[in-house]
Amino acid sequence: MPVSVDSSRTVYDALRANGVGLMSALPETWLVHLIRMAEEDPEMILVRLAKEEEGVGISAGAHFAGTKSAMLMQNHGFLASINGIVSGAQLFRIPLLMLISDRGTFGEPDPWQTEGGLVTEHVLRALRIPFARVDARADCALHVGEALTLAHASNRPVALLLGRPLMWEAA
Amino acid sequence: MSMRRLDALSAIYDDLEPCAVVTIMGAVAAELQSLGHRPGHFYLQHAMGLASSMGLGIALCRPELGVVVLDGDGSVLMNMGGLSTMGRYRPGNLTHVIFDNESLLSVGGFPTATSAGTDLAAVAAASGVPRTTTVATVSDFAAAFREARACGELTTIVAKVDAHYEPPARTMGFVTELGLLENRFQFARHLRDRADT
Repeated sequence: MPVSVDSSRTVYDALRANGVGLMSALPETWLVHLIRMAEEDPEMILVRLAKEEEGVGISAGAHFAGTKSAMLMQNHGFLASINGIVSGAQLFRIPLLMLISDRGTFGEPDPWQTEGGLVTEHVLRALRIPFARVDARADCALHVGEALTLAHASNRPVALLLGRPLMWEAA
Repeated sequence: MSMRRLDALSAIYDDLEPCAVVTIMGAVAAELQSLGHRPGHFYLQHAMGLASSMGLGIALCRPELGVVVLDGDGSVLMNMGGLSTMGRYRPGNLTHVIFDNESLLSVGGFPTATSAGTDLAAVAAASGVPRTTTVATVSDFAAAFREARACGELTTIVAKVDAHYEPPARTMGFVTELGLLENRFQFARHLRDRADT
């Protein structure tokens, strides 16, 4: 099953419609189209990372600079970013939008993803990061807009879990 | 033979005035504040490793601003991959200073890898940073810094400094009287105001 280009386009357009001007990314399978769309867009600054946690610092810098940004990563990348999120974004009350592809849950065929899938929601809750699961293309624009609104009103990180039903083409 | 970090900061203090400055936590933050806080200074008092990433984010979004990161060897060692990212995008308005005292001073002086052979200027160069240098005197540091600001190219300057810290007056350890959030909101407003001019 291929990664859904149409869903990627919907998410990307929602980010642009909400004024996002910088995206940091560490690719994984589900995110390849989103990253390509950012690369092809002259209005978007794309920062390809070596490690996802860098994206927290880059997004904080972008926020201070007046640019809305989004982090694109899979749930293991979120796990790799935790100290930056807690002692960077949360300590300093930085609005942070995290688009997290939710690997290792129902339907996951790759064994190495499954531990991360077990803990993702628990860690988000433990860190008191508001999150919404996005499974349907029709909900993308609303979720992205509402996530950005909350992030900026609260000056805190907010996450959207991009689910398998959204990111994969239906058989 | 190395220099005191406070003397190095003092030598470039006036040159920092027009810049957005991001520092690491602990001694660097307290020492720069002891010379005089400015609204264009942000002290990243945790999230070790991310000062350079934050500077990169600001520099990429605000190409008209001079951006300076005052980093440390311990912090850079925590985010070596960040040097690759910095080298990849190489914004010309960014100057990256690494104060290398070969230790984690703020937690009691644990010797870092730079005391045992790691050469951070070489790591930065090999990561794609176009201009790199290592300096060990105040005058060499000041000259390298001014050259970096003038040349319009991403530069990493490793400044070898003593593992010495004298708490500025009225501080307790590294805690200063400037609140973390006070600094954070003031800095954001300052950068916003500069965009409007």
